[in-house]
Amino acid sequence: MTDYKKIVPCLDVKNGRVVKGIQFVNLRDAGDPVKFGQYYEEEGADELVFLDITATVEKRKTVVELVKKVADGVSIPFAVGGGISSLEDAQAILGAGADKVSLNSAAVRNPPVLEEISKEFGSERVICAIDGNRVYVDSEENASDKTLFKIGDKYCWFDVMTHSGTKSTGMDAIQWALKVKELGVGEILPTSKTYDGTKDGYDLEMTRGIAEATKLPVTASGGAGTLQHILEAFTIGKASAALAASIFHFREISIKECKKYCAKNGITMRL
Amino acid sequence: MVFNIAIIDYEMGNLKSIYKCLKHLNIESIISDDSKNILNADGVILPGVGAFGDAMKHLKQKNLVPIIEQIVKNGTPLFGVCLGQQLLCSKSTEMGEHDGLDLIKGDVVKFDISKVDKVPQIGWNSVNFIDEEHFLLQGIPNNSYFYFVHSFYVVPKNKENVIGLTQYGDIDYSSIISKDNIIATQFHPEKSSKHGIKMYENFVDFCKK
Repeated sequence: MTDYKKIVPCLDVKNGRVVKGIQFVNLRDAGDPVKFGQYYEEEGADELVFLDITATVEKRKTVVELVKKVADGVSIPFAVGGGISSLEDAQAILGAGADKVSLNSAAVRNPPVLEEISKEFGSERVICAIDGNRVYVDSEENASDKTLFKIGDKYCWFDVMTHSGTKSTGMDAIQWALKVKELGVGEILPTSKTYDGTKDGYDLEMTRGIAEATKLPVTASGGAGTLQHILEAFTIGKASAALAASIFHFREISIKECKKYCAKNGITMRL
Repeated sequence: MVFNIAIIDYEMGNLKSIYKCLKHLNIESIISDDSKNILNADGVILPGVGAFGDAMKHLKQKNLVPIIEQIVKNGTPLFGVCLGQQLLCSKSTEMGEHDGLDLIKGDVVKFDISKVDKVPQIGWNSVNFIDEEHFLLQGIPNNSYFYFVHSFYVVPKNKENVIGLTQYGDIDYSSIISKDNIIATQFHPEKSSKHGIKMYENFVDFCKK
């Protein structure tokens, strides 16, 4: 079985510049998204995700500019997320050269937009990002309409969050994932808001829960801190790809060593 | 005349990424549906993303089918990419049955879901070179990785048209095919990092000969 697992660095971009204090000593322009893209391509990244956090009315224009530049300088696939809310947004970004678009809050607000985009461009170009937060309950009866996971002597379910993980929707992430699959989404990117930034590892229950329920390719995100965490995303989380930001940006782990480590532990990687 | 590659524009997907890939190699190319541009080019690329039937419909509407046949007759190198590879074959069963350009004998069929893990195949996969001497593969190590996005694959009738094989699930299929001045890949060289770029470079070198 040839199923190559992917390592995906994620870059936060604001007004066309990479943000979040990324330290690349040998890059003259520390904020140039194209330079970062090229650096990661060289390192062996299988795909890139650009998350646009620009919050101005000129947003679409700046994103399209960014996408054009990246498409010009990078020869591996890349996805763009952040504020995409309509077919027109998706058209502009895919037309500028992005391979995939990723929708998050807008999909929760207006689910049919997923169907519009996937019908127009194909499922393989539409990712639904799901921010999930763990909600613990003592007994099964306390959340009988939710997909529950047994964690020690407790249970938990995954609450879909919006607005960068700040607003709870009360929606069950597993059920939401199944719904977006029905709407034509080809890939799911669950980010653990419980573990994001902790470096304690991915939320493997959520990752696996969504992968097994939907049978779609799933990209684990949020919480990676070690090589072991990345490996577990594949072995335990059943993910198709592992996404990380700071551990790659701060060079705590290089993509090369990450891929070597996974390959050594039996995961099929593009080396 | 300046050396020029034509990328056929028939409103089916990612033309710009190929254009930009060539630009990196300092090769002028033109994205065009104008028969003159295509007939006068030193090499032609037939890209494509989307459904087979729609693609053939667009090619017919733009009267491009006889143009493509003509360039092949003229001996101009032709490079089919992804759906562009499939279109070169005789017929496809994607959403009904559709006739293709029939420039390389063979059928286009869907991955049998019982033999593969997921359809479409989206991601990197390796290519086993059957004809390592082929001009397209020069300077590229055998079993290199390329980027694929597809649900259908080509089954050429003649084995000698198979240049590279890829295994997906339990299926071995032809990911690179060739016949005379025609070459075609199921994967996207323009999304396959340095080995993909090298492939376009090899194609351009061949066009220059």
